Amino acid sequence: MTRIDAKFAALKAQGRKAFVSYLMAGDPDIATSAAVMAKLPAAGVDIIELGMPFTDPMADGPTIQLAGQRALAGGQTLQKTLDMVAAFRKTDDTTPIVLMGYYNPIFSRGVDRFVADAKAAGIDGLIVVDLPPEEDAELCIPAQAAGLNFIRLATPTTDAKRLPKVLQNTSGFVYYVSITGITGAAAAQATDVGPEVARIKASTDLPVIVGFGITTPEAARTIAGVADGCVVGSAIVKRIADGATPDEVASFVASLAEGAHSA
Amino acid sequence: MADDLFNSFMNGPDENGRFGQFGGRFVSETLMPLILDLQAEYEKAKEDPSFWAEMNDLWKHYVGRPSPLYFAPRLTEHLGGAKIYMKRDELNHTGAHKINNVLGQILLARRMGKTRIIAETGAGQHGVATATVCAKFGLKCVVYMGAHDVERQAPNVFRMKLLGAEVHAVTSGRGTLKDAMNDALRDWVTNVRDTFYCIGTVAGPHPYPAMVRDFQSIIGKEVRWQLPEQEGEGRLPDTVIAAIGGGSNAMGLFYPFLDDPSVRIIGVEAGGKGVNEKMEHCASLTGGRPGVLHGNKTYLLQDEDGQILEGFSISAGLDYPGIGPEHAWLHDTGRAEYVAITDSEALEAFQLCCRTEGIIPALEPSHALAHVMKIAPTLPKDHIIVMNMCGRGDKDIFAVARHLGVELNG
Repeated sequence: MTRIDAKFAALKAQGRKAFVSYLMAGDPDIATSAAVMAKLPAAGVDIIELGMPFTDPMADGPTIQLAGQRALAGGQTLQKTLDMVAAFRKTDDTTPIVLMGYYNPIFSRGVDRFVADAKAAGIDGLIVVDLPPEEDAELCIPAQAAGLNFIRLATPTTDAKRLPKVLQNTSGFVYYVSITGITGAAAAQATDVGPEVARIKASTDLPVIVGFGITTPEAARTIAGVADGCVVGSAIVKRIADGATPDEVASFVASLAEGAHSA
Repeated sequence: MADDLFNSFMNGPDENGRFGQFGGRFVSETLMPLILDLQAEYEKAKEDPSFWAEMNDLWKHYVGRPSPLYFAPRLTEHLGGAKIYMKRDELNHTGAHKINNVLGQILLARRMGKTRIIAETGAGQHGVATATVCAKFGLKCVVYMGAHDVERQAPNVFRMKLLGAEVHAVTSGRGTLKDAMNDALRDWVTNVRDTFYCIGTVAGPHPYPAMVRDFQSIIGKEVRWQLPEQEGEGRLPDTVIAAIGGGSNAMGLFYPFLDDPSVRIIGVEAGGKGVNEKMEHCASLTGGRPGVLHGNKTYLLQDEDGQILEGFSISAGLDYPGIGPEHAWLHDTGRAEYVAITDSEALEAFQLCCRTEGIIPALEPSHALAHVMKIAPTLPKDHIIVMNMCGRGDKDIFAVARHLGVELNG
């Protein structure tokens, strides 16, 4: 059982929805992002999604693109991201951490080495946007064999015929992408998302978490209300871009978490 | 080397879109169903004689195919060695080979009922070809072009607008071709129902590399029957040479010769200021290593942490940090050789071609010509080289003038 599985078991026992928050590692520098990260569990974050910066983030909108550029300009590397997680783990051994990003930096490091290092650093799961089930042999299979969850995205274009393939090698939870589009773009609509989540849940026992297009505590509440929880990314990253202090970011995150938890 | 039917270089890709380890489908889940649909539609069209009948009709009457295979006598004499032929794809409608592929993809888009076409472009040649065919068929056309390239290639931007296309100047990243491709993919993820993504080179997720190659293979297929008309029955080229950015004109020339072991195949990458540790070049095979970008695994210019680097070349059309996955495979298997030519070598070839043959080449094929200049003098007079003159140089005269220190008033 990974920390992710344990977290969802605990949430289920409490009858609570999950709140997942995204943070770009190294944005705008390591010290600031580490300070924000350290405050997330107390702000009510159930699972931390930690972005690995990449020069060419094809599924991300301008907010997260710029965050990645700031992090890279600040000298962020995959090693520094892993080190950041290891440092976090010294004081928090329960909050699940999911690394999210694109495949090339992982491939460049070497899959076996990456999987071992990620596990050692205290990472629990991976979301790799450009690895669909068709490419499971690349990373998904070796990562799961090493005990990391491989969390798959399901989208509005994932039809009934394709859904079993998407669910096949997924573990931890299913990340439902609420819109056809990039991060930080259109607003997610609970009336659209609800039936889609129900469709996915009919095919799997895994929790279904909804992300993309959720920016306010109210949206977090309504979307979490039709799923097992929700993810907020761009709205938090934008606060950091605007120069908010770690405490100010944490207080915004707390309002989002409260929204999700009140669902 | 291919020595029997079961060991052919022409069987790729496999059912997963792989050429050896290269290729594949590295896209977000939102796009997966779309590329599977495209693959199914392409498999159907490929076997449908009416699809090819329509292509051939358009190639003949709209594009002006077959393009001539031209023996270049003064260049041959000047270099004093091998006989040099030029495949004149610069005479196509819109001035480059790009339209060969665009026609195929737009016919597919029409079959799939898609009404909105998106494309990425670097120098603007693929954008112009896409805008052209969209105008012909009355389809909405949106072209993504790096803001930096929009500035460098103003005439092509104006052409696209005249043809009714919407041109988006891409400011994300550093505003070049790779960023244009990122934004085109972001558009596609957002507009999944009505939009067809017309990729301009033999890269991207499967089936694009194979599909674009198949459409461009008309180049090599024509050479196979045109050369015997001038050199006698059964005569194959001894060497085929083409420039490579993503590699579509080169794949088009090379592919029909992959299983002819006597044909030497040479791809010419853009060496920029020189292939060295400063990475001021676009030679992905000569100076890069395998990685994953834009839907496929291939050789990429990248740093030690897997971050993608910008290329550098005088030629905007070669200014891309990757290369088509089939080239990566042909490189690793040794079936094709890949070399790099610097900006200054390409500029010298550009001028020599203008003066000896009365042909103003684009900067892209000038790279191929520069390598011809290197090897032709060392080869016997009965050795036949076919180089792909894949684009004309009108678009480049401003850049060339600048490098030669000449001021043109617009």
